Amino acid sequence: MSNAPGIRVEGSASINGAPLFTPLTLKLGAGQWTCLLGGSGVGKSTVLRLISGLATGAEFNGTIAATDGAELASRVAYMAQDDLLLPWASISQNVLLGARLRGETLDADHMLRILDRVGLTEHASKKPIELSGGQRQRVALARTLMEDKPIILLDEPFSALDAQTRAAMQDLAVELLQGKTVLIVTHDPAEAARLGHAIIVMTAEGLTHCPHPSTPIPRPIDDLETLECQASLLRQLQTGAA
Amino acid sequence: MKYLSALAAAAFALLLWQAIVTLTGLPKFILPSPALVAETWWQNRALIAEHTWATALEVLIGLIIGAGLGVVTAIQLAASRTTRLLVQPLLVFTQALPVFALAPILTLWLGYGLWSKVAMAVLIIYFPVTSAFFDGLMRTPQGYLDLARTMQASPARILWHIRVPAALPALASGLRLAAVYAPIGAVIGEWVGASRGLGYLMLMANGRAKTDLMFAAMLTLGVFSILLHLVVAYLTRNLDKDSC
Repeated sequence: MSNAPGIRVEGSASINGAPLFTPLTLKLGAGQWTCLLGGSGVGKSTVLRLISGLATGAEFNGTIAATDGAELASRVAYMAQDDLLLPWASISQNVLLGARLRGETLDADHMLRILDRVGLTEHASKKPIELSGGQRQRVALARTLMEDKPIILLDEPFSALDAQTRAAMQDLAVELLQGKTVLIVTHDPAEAARLGHAIIVMTAEGLTHCPHPSTPIPRPIDDLETLECQASLLRQLQTGAA
Repeated sequence: MKYLSALAAAAFALLLWQAIVTLTGLPKFILPSPALVAETWWQNRALIAEHTWATALEVLIGLIIGAGLGVVTAIQLAASRTTRLLVQPLLVFTQALPVFALAPILTLWLGYGLWSKVAMAVLIIYFPVTSAFFDGLMRTPQGYLDLARTMQASPARILWHIRVPAALPALASGLRLAAVYAPIGAVIGEWVGASRGLGYLMLMANGRAKTDLMFAAMLTLGVFSILLHLVVAYLTRNLDKDSC
């Protein structure tokens, strides 16, 4: 998985002429987790959607490119706060969705291996409604892994989960997404402090790179350095909002 | 509980009906009593059954064709912007025309037999089915579409694997509506010109002042429509359940 490229976003965005964010430069390290932290409405989801090639409703002036120069949109897998599981399809069908949507042959063995890795093998034939919120988000993670893309874009993927499930999902995601270039958009300083190889705070003024513990991710929730980082991130968000 | 309340309502309506007959003393060719209607219904059960069958056939064929055309139109509209631009205003305009006024011309074109009534039923249910399903197809949750796009899906595959299944509950409600409308269409067709069917029987009975038979035929039509609605609701229950 060493073929994951870095990404460079440079430019500004506006909605109907009103600036959404001023000119900024965002670099995502190859094979690293980058946390983009910010309050609501600062345009952090827009940045993520721009990278994924989705419509944003904003006008973007600038460039978005992979550091290896190859095309970006086809190498991206996307996971949102809503698990986006199709309610009429079984868990295994949901995990196979990408292949089905591209008309590829369905690799059921690979799908079962991935379901095993997220610990949901016995739920393969169930419908999403039969699963808990945490289990559903694990299915969404399995679907993301099934895509086998080098770049993973996570839009507040764990924010709807309870604290305990969220921590478990963070651990699982870091384990399973090793070696991939990950951008995680979040409003949770604790999440950023745990997961970021790089932590960037986004406010109306622009991007601020924040210091973070040098320990490997996922950092323990009770680690002092991580907690200090979390506190300083929260302070920064408060000053940014003031 | 639902059925109990329906039974109670029916009993109440019968009582009210009987009370009106008893209190006003209207002659039976103006308003026959429930008991007389029941008796007439029983005496003419073979006749009524024959005409019910004729109407049922028109309605069922009309439902199948109308629903099929509606589904195809809705998918075509959802899939193509050009179709939407060209056909949608036309569809809306046809709804401004009184479909009932078309019945005579349909009889002229298709004759007095089965097909002019089928055509009437088709015309009357085509729009509700098309409109309900099309609305459903255009209201796919944005998150699904985003996900599909990042998966590099083609529009045709998104339509087939995501938009259509997500719109099935809307189609189901369109079909349930169609089940109520279709008998109205068939009966209007029969009024204009027919030799069979409950609509024809009602018109004939009315013309001969056999008001009791008219009521018997009308109530049979009502019961048939409700049964049809229940059957369609039962058949479409899975479309709702899987997509909530």
